[in-house]
Parts: sequence; C-alpha cells; structure tokens
Amino acid sequence: MNLVLVDDIIARYRWEKAAIIAILQDIQREFNYLPQEALTYAASRLAIPLTQVYSLATFYRAFSLKPRGKHLITVCLGTACHVRGAVRILEKLERELGIKAGETTDDMRVSLETVNCLGACALGPIVVIDGQYHGQMTSVKTDSILKKLRKL
Amino acid sequence: MSKIKSTEDFEKLQESVNKTRDPERLCITVCSGTGCHAYGCEKVTQAFVEEIRNRDLQDKVDIRTTGCHGFCERGPIVVIHPQEVFYQRVKVEDVADVVSETILKKNIVDRLLYVDPNTGKQIICEKDVPFYKKQRRIIFGNNALIDPTSIDDYIALGGYAALSKVLWEMKPLEVIDVIKKSGLRGRGGGGFPTGRKWEFCRNAEGDRRYVICNADEGDPGAYMDRSLLEGNPHSVLEGMIIGAYAIGSHQGFIYVRNEYPLAVKNVTIAIQQAREYGLLDRDIIGSGFDFEIKITRGGGAFVCGESTALMASLEGKLGEPRAKYVHTVEKGLWDNPTNLNNVETWANVPVIINKGWQWYSDIGTEHSKGTKIFSLVGKINNTGLIEVPMGISLREIIFDIGGGIPEGKKFKAVQTGGPSGGCIPESLLDLLVDFEKLTETGSMMGSGGMIVMDEDTCMVDVAKYFLNFLKEESCGKCVPCREGIRAMLEILTRITEGEGEEGDVELLQELSEVVAETSLCALGGTAPNPVLTTIKYFRDEYEAHIKEKRCPAGVCPALIQYSIDTERCTGCGACVKVCPQEAISGQRKQPHSLDQAKCIKCGACLEVCKFEAVIKR
Repeated sequence: MNLVLVDDIIARYRWEKAAIIAILQDIQREFNYLPQEALTYAASRLAIPLTQVYSLATFYRAFSLKPRGKHLITVCLGTACHVRGAVRILEKLERELGIKAGETTDDMRVSLETVNCLGACALGPIVVIDGQYHGQMTSVKTDSILKKLRKL
Repeated sequence: MSKIKSTEDFEKLQESVNKTRDPERLCITVCSGTGCHAYGCEKVTQAFVEEIRNRDLQDKVDIRTTGCHGFCERGPIVVIHPQEVFYQRVKVEDVADVVSETILKKNIVDRLLYVDPNTGKQIICEKDVPFYKKQRRIIFGNNALIDPTSIDDYIALGGYAALSKVLWEMKPLEVIDVIKKSGLRGRGGGGFPTGRKWEFCRNAEGDRRYVICNADEGDPGAYMDRSLLEGNPHSVLEGMIIGAYAIGSHQGFIYVRNEYPLAVKNVTIAIQQAREYGLLDRDIIGSGFDFEIKITRGGGAFVCGESTALMASLEGKLGEPRAKYVHTVEKGLWDNPTNLNNVETWANVPVIINKGWQWYSDIGTEHSKGTKIFSLVGKINNTGLIEVPMGISLREIIFDIGGGIPEGKKFKAVQTGGPSGGCIPESLLDLLVDFEKLTETGSMMGSGGMIVMDEDTCMVDVAKYFLNFLKEESCGKCVPCREGIRAMLEILTRITEGEGEEGDVELLQELSEVVAETSLCALGGTAPNPVLTTIKYFRDEYEAHIKEKRCPAGVCPALIQYSIDTERCTGCGACVKVCPQEAISGQRKQPHSLDQAKCIKCGACLEVCKFEAVIKR
C-alpha cells in the first residue's frame, strides 16, 4: 500500500489532530474506502489512539471500512422520495443485485447505498449511478438502468 | 486586482463593476442548481455557448449559469434578460430556436413557455408564473441573477455594501442592536432571536470567540441552505463577517454536509475571491478588522446539525451532543464562546443592514419577522424552493404556489420540521405559518422542509419512516433516545405488519413522553413529534391498522393484496414480464390470475398495467 499518499494528506492538514475527519475523508477518496493499514498509519503519525480513529470511522456515515465496488448505486430515501415509493425501488435493486443496502456484490462490480436526501426532490424517487442522477424511477426504469450498468 | 483598503476603494470597485454592466444587454441565464443539474442543464449551457459562438454573437449576448431559481419541477430553466422571458424544460434541441427566435428576432418560442394549468394560458415572464407570484424573494431572489463563482456579479447587485457600511459606520453594539430590532430569529429550526445570541456571545468571558455557519442540512426534503450556499455564497460570507465584527470574532467555520460537493466548491471559490478583494482575512476594507473562514466537510451524521455535536465534530471528535447547562455562546468550540447560526440566518444579515430593521420587521407576524425559505416537495405539482413572508397560510403555499396535488388526488397532510416535526392535517390548512403557530400544532418550523402528502400516503408508515431514520441517526450516547426510539419503532413496525394490539397507541404515547422529556439533545427531545402528531390527527389510520388489519392508504405491504380484475384484463402479458416472482400466469389474450402465495407485493404489475386491471386493496 502506498502510504506516501497518507503522509501527503496529513501534511496538507499540517499534522493537526483536529483535522482527523477531513484526513479520513481524503484517505477514503484516495483508496475508495478506509484500509486498515492506512488508518493504523494515520493514527500513529498523528499520535491519536487507533481506537479513537476507529470510533470516528464507524460513527460517520461517510466512511466505509470495506472496499467498495467499481460502480456505486445510491438510492435516495428522503421523505419526498419515500412518499413517492423509493422503498420499492430499493427493494427491487436489492433483489436484482442480490445484495442489501450497504453491501457490495461478490465480483466487486456494484455497491448499493442509501442516502437521506439529495435535495433534488422534484425528480423523486431518485437513483444515482456513479454520480449520474436518474429521476422519477419506476420498476421498469430500474430494469433498463441495470441492463445498461451490466454492459459497462 | 489590488486589495480594497477603504470605503472609497470599495465605491470605486462598485463603480468599475457597474460600468461593465449594461441592464439592456441580452443575457441568457441557465439555472444550474442541483435539481437542474440532475435534468442535464450542463449540456443545455454548453449548447448555448456553442450556438452563440457559431453565430458570432459573443459581443452581444452573455450567458450566465446561475444558482437555483427554485422552480425545480420545471427544470432545466432558462430565463432571457432583460425581458425576463421564462423558458422551462429546455432541452439541447431547443437551444437553436431560442437563439434564432428570441435572441435574434425577439420572438417567443411558445412550446417552451409555462402553461398555467388552471387557466390553460401560456405565461411569458418569470414573475408572472403563479409559482413565483405570491413569493417574496428577498434572500433567495438574487440566486437567479448571479453567477455564484463571480464576486463581481454579487457586488453589482449591492453585495458587500452592508459590510463596508458596518465596518466603517457602525459600532459592534449598534450592529447587534439593529439585528435585535429586526426581529430576526434562527432559521435552522430553533427560532432563537439572532441578535440576542450575538449579544450573549459578545458578552461571554473568553479571549477567543468563534462564529460558525451550520450548513449541515440534514432534514430530508430540505435543501434551501444548500441552494443558498451553491447559488449565492457571498451573501452567507458577508453575513458571517458582519456577525463576527459584531461579536468580536476573528475565526469562522462553515460546516457543510458531506453530500453537498457543489456547495463546498462554490464557497471555496467565494472565500478565495473575497480574500483577493480584501473582504476577508486581514484588515478587511482597511478597517483594521481581521476575520478568516475555514470550510469543514461533515461526515454524514444527522446529529451533527445539533450545535454541540457539530462543535465536537469540528474538534475532530465524535459528533455526540453534550448537555447544555452551559450554553455554547459561553463555552462552545474548544471551550470558547461560540456563535452558531444557520446558512439562511446568515444570509438575512446583509439584507437587514442594507434595508434597515424597520423595513425588515414590517414583513411577517408579531413574533416571526421576515421571510422563510421552504422546500415544497412530495405529492405536489410545483416542487421547488419558495421564499414567502412569515404569516402566509399553508393553503396559499400548497395550492396557490404549489399548484395543489398531482393527478387530482386529495390532500392529506403536510409534514414540516423534518424528523423533529409533525404532520399537519387538512383541517389546519388555513393556519398562518410562523414559529409559534407551527409549534402549536405539535409540529415545528424546523429548517423549512414541507413534504406534502396525499390520500395514497399512509400516516403510520410516515411515522415509522421518521423513527427508522432517527434510530439510524441517534448517536447512541443517551439511553432514552437510543432505546426509546428503537422500542417505539418496534411497535410501529408491528402495527404496519398487521400485528398491532389494543393499547399500542397508548404505549406509543407514553414512550413518547419519556423520550421527549429525558433525552439529552433535541434529536431525542423532538423525535416523538412525527408519532404524536400522526396519532393526534390521524388516529383512525392507526385504529384501522390495529383493529381491522387494514392500511387505508394501501401502502403497508403486509396489509394489502394485489389481484387481477378479470373483466378488465386483456391478457397482454405485460405484468407477467415484470413480475419478479412469476406469480402471474394466464394464456395470451385471456384474463390472467395472480398467485397470492408467490406475490411479494412489489407493485411492478400495477405500474405496467395499461388497463387498470391490477387492483390493490
């Protein structure tokens, strides 16, 4: 693992302990998740107990301790999407992908996550695939975007 | 650009900016808020740039990508200035026509106009669209006029004039006095008088003082703070600098929700530009006042919207709230006096300074002054962000501005205040919206989410939805919140699964009381509101679930059944194709049947049937 990247990130925050959350965010952006080795290293460089780093990494929703898939599907479960049937879309994706929200397919192709609100409520229910918004989702539309995703 | 060192410098800057602005010049504004982004406005903007270049019109026409205009339902939105021609749902294919007709010949492209569904009439100008007519956009209006990445756009509309005035003509206590007299109250949900908060913080003992902008907008269905930060970041910065001067702080933080990358980007640019102009950091406008602002991204924890949790998170700790025996204005960030206000509150400050507290306090009701931005979402025709004077009725918001409920369905409730709020029924539609009135209903103002629900929304399911949300987001530090919410959710889940028992409602009420009374912070303290208000106004729905094992709205899967109306079924087979369980069978062109034992109630058959032959009961 390239720990130089971790050093660079920490240096950018001037080795400040208070910046630990931002440092973890940058590590996650670099590696797509929080690898154990990177966490241990960051903790030692900042002289923060690893337990504390671990508690932060598991408290905040933005962090993942497991590697995530090549593609990320996010289903918005905001209130507006909920009253427009977002749960049915999520359940369909779970069925089709064979995983639950928060999991990644065995072939590491797709991770399925939920978000509390994306603030694009006019388009609800919304599914985001690799940063692309798909609005007014229906069961049929879900099939067609999954078909496209399989070809990627 | 050299730094501004005096009010004279600032006036010179204003002049030079204004010289480059010709109010008669044609300008195509394309809304680039997150909503319109999702509709693909980027491609539309790109198409305009190319079209204008191909026709060699760069010298005659400006193209400006602006923040959110509010009318998200109709995106991508394009407005042609100075005529204010309003085009909606503009696609790349429409761009050539807009340029050749409207820009070159002043003709209207009829097919892109908004049609008032009530009158069937096409509307040409933005201000005449019913969605905008009853609004009063004193805070949010500039979003539609400026490019958020251009400080000059903000200055051209009078931006930073309030700051210059405050730093050179007003003493800190005078600023606090003006804010107090204006009647401004916190827009994040609590509604605490802003001026008094500033005064407490200024008077608290300590060498360092901090100001924080809370942009950890977590309420699902509320996105006004993001749209302000994305669309008009300088207005928030200006408010913060004025506040810092009044309080005597030299360090500010903006704590932004992790899910808002565009807001982070635009605020970062805005801070950089303000620094270059000498409007931030050292010796601001030559007044000797220093103030810097740092941006921190949140970690995606709802509880961090709570002030003490947010401050803990800023310190690099777990976002857990603490008891507020000592208020954060006295001991907040790193135990120093800290003043935290929400994005919208900060954005109100320059407006009050510019227009005066008298003008401001003329808007609104006795105890709630000014305007409030709401996000009007859910089962509503005109989804979007609206800014209305305090004291407007819910009915005006939902039916006049929001255009009522889609597909002719019946209004059931409006949910305000996010997970801390409640559901307000039809009988209270004439309620005049302000802090006190909303609290009286058992709901609250909150940060301004308004989720409209129709006859197809199950109120027990809504209560369950919010408790599920809060169970996930409870930090777990105090027992009443962590265990109480979980226990309440268990009961609600039982009820929605047809396992409800007599006495469940009373038990929920009792648990609600305990959770509300004994939780450490507002998350637990207000968590029972969605449950209590739905019981108060929609008890019949609870009774139907418990006693009759029936979900009147047809939402709770365990209590509904799908079947096929053999008279209507044409045997087209569409439902067979989409059924994931192979639960539907039948010969082609013959009425089909549905095997209840196999059905998982996903609703796919209902969605695809064109003959209304699938019945949900």
